[in-house]
Amino acid sequence: MANEPNNLWVIEPTSSLFDLKIKESIDYRDLLWLLVRRDFVSFYKQTILGPVWFFIQPIFTVFIYVVIFGSVAGISTDGLPKPLFYLAGVITWNYFSDCLVKTSSVFRDNSTIFGKVYFPRLIMPLSIIFSNLIRFAVQLLLFLVLMGYYFIKGDQFHVTSYLLLFPFLIVLMALLGLGLGMIISALTTKYRDLAFLVTFGVPLLMYTTTVVFPFSSVGGKYKLLVELNPMTTIIEHFRYAFLGNGSISWGALAYTTLITIFTLLIGVVVFNKVEKDFVDTV
Amino acid sequence: MSDIAIKAENISKAYQLGEFSTGTLSHDLERVWAKIRGKEDPFLKIGETNDRTKKSESNIVWSLKDINFEIKQGDAVGIIGRNGAGKSTLLKILSKVTSPTTGRLTGRGRIASLLEVGTGFHPELTGRENIYLNGAILGMRKAEIKRQFDQIVDFSGVERYIDTPVKRYSSGMYVRLAFAVAAHLESEILIVDEVLAVGDAEFQKKCLGKMGEVSKGEGRTVLFVSHNMAAISTLCNEGLLMKNGEVVDYGKCEFIIDKYISTDTSNVGLLLENDIKLSRSNDNLRFKKIALIGKNGPSTSFGINEDIVLELEYAVVNYATMVVPTIHLLNKYGDCLLASFNADSANLGKDVFFGLRQDVGTYVVSCIIPRFFLNDAQFSINAFLSPDISFTNMTEAREVIGFEVNETGEMRKEYNNTWIGQVRPRLAWETKKLS
Repeated sequence: MANEPNNLWVIEPTSSLFDLKIKESIDYRDLLWLLVRRDFVSFYKQTILGPVWFFIQPIFTVFIYVVIFGSVAGISTDGLPKPLFYLAGVITWNYFSDCLVKTSSVFRDNSTIFGKVYFPRLIMPLSIIFSNLIRFAVQLLLFLVLMGYYFIKGDQFHVTSYLLLFPFLIVLMALLGLGLGMIISALTTKYRDLAFLVTFGVPLLMYTTTVVFPFSSVGGKYKLLVELNPMTTIIEHFRYAFLGNGSISWGALAYTTLITIFTLLIGVVVFNKVEKDFVDTV
Repeated sequence: MSDIAIKAENISKAYQLGEFSTGTLSHDLERVWAKIRGKEDPFLKIGETNDRTKKSESNIVWSLKDINFEIKQGDAVGIIGRNGAGKSTLLKILSKVTSPTTGRLTGRGRIASLLEVGTGFHPELTGRENIYLNGAILGMRKAEIKRQFDQIVDFSGVERYIDTPVKRYSSGMYVRLAFAVAAHLESEILIVDEVLAVGDAEFQKKCLGKMGEVSKGEGRTVLFVSHNMAAISTLCNEGLLMKNGEVVDYGKCEFIIDKYISTDTSNVGLLLENDIKLSRSNDNLRFKKIALIGKNGPSTSFGINEDIVLELEYAVVNYATMVVPTIHLLNKYGDCLLASFNADSANLGKDVFFGLRQDVGTYVVSCIIPRFFLNDAQFSINAFLSPDISFTNMTEAREVIGFEVNETGEMRKEYNNTWIGQVRPRLAWETKKLS
């Protein structure tokens, strides 16, 4: 870049709504990786267990779910080993909600950097998506180990050909979290009311997906609510791909894909709208 | 526009004052509604000057108003103005941190901006990791940083600590490392905001040296905001003077600094009778006017190269008397630097009224504080009118008028750092060889 003397630029009050500055963002790809690295490395600095902490949180969550939902409440897990059933839901939901929550506060969390240096703002949410992907990969490893354990124990589950959909599911989750997060981040730069909604709303939203109960156990008027949540489809397909049990349908997948694309488009537009001068109001 | 690096056309920037809460929501809605109908924004009225001392009915403030300028490639431009003149806002717009409300900026070449040193430093990461991260945030590619890594470490002088988390650094080391990264940015345009105010004298010198190298040696365009006239006068060849969000003048640096010092002050340097607060009063002697006059008339801001004329206009009210006008010159802490009064043996010149009884009437007496005498600092004046040399029963106006003496660069050809002391006269120096 430094060697192009003819690189003209223009700064104007308004810019195109769909101009994502892809080219510029590609120029900054090194920054993206360095930010991902920063998030990963700084997470376990000055800890003894280091990256092992990535495992601890899902293990404890699953343990509590097994006790409360599995044993005390006695909710069925469709014949799957309880820890496997919950872990599948927990790690997918965690990935989505971490992307959503962190992206939704990206302007506020980074206002000191954003207020002093320009780089394509999209880099920050992207780095969040990728940092969380690493976390997700580590937790997936835990899931695979647990699968191996129950396989040796002789429990009934089987991997299906839907495993091929797995990369697509990840992309869906990431983009859905990113899109929703960008919408909320854009809406909270001036008035922060929505940020409060996120802190208690997202954990509640989990109960409209099939993290702690199988889809087959949902009946009556609540069924629609669970079906409408696009994350339900993703969790169900994930469970079906790895464990051979879950409610799958191409229709639901198409619905989730459409919702994701729609959310992402809106997210991009509002994000672009506020990124230019949110520093004045944040 | 082959040799123009940056061109600004009608740049304006509005900010919303006050807190954002439910009250401002209705304003926002009104603005959106006006926009939908294709009407003008009801709260954005261009035309009001950004005078922050006055109250206005609108809660919108124009931090920048109709800024126009062209900066040529390779120029080092010092942006000068009081606090709140809009300098930093302009730099923010240039570095794309925020966008202008109206207007258009065009230019060519990669911009690197340094509005703060160490942006994005992560305390938990080591110096090495932070060099890469900070470099990337400032717009460098990884390969670029790698190539310059040794130079950066060398410049910062923290080699021993390079693999230690920066939270264990002293603040000086932190700043040095941060500046070192920024100093090695390779861009056609470099924007720097008052970052030289950090670090010790030695490091500041190093920074200024590096900045000079960038602007003069490498022929890059530099925009530099500082209140340090010594630094500006050595680094920059052009100056941009701003006041209340508007560009006052653009031109040769020395000329602009001069203009800034003599005209850009909120106080006029002239007090009339009613504004003069007396701490004690002799009914027969009354101040009519107290003024500080530089080469451009009354002012409270002067260059070190400027004679300051202190004028005291007074009235003998009831009966003829002798008058001994007296002044104290105080530094900003209120310590008296010198006292002077109109007496024959204490006068550099000759005063025809000395020792005479003055009839009822008004008089004006003046006293010159010479150029190249005071250091760049703030001072104030105590003024007295005494009926005799015993200095009792006087009319007293303590700390009646303040003024500041500013750097102009005249005595700064060789030395750039802090010049200590209250006074800064030119003294005669001479070396003789003895053996």
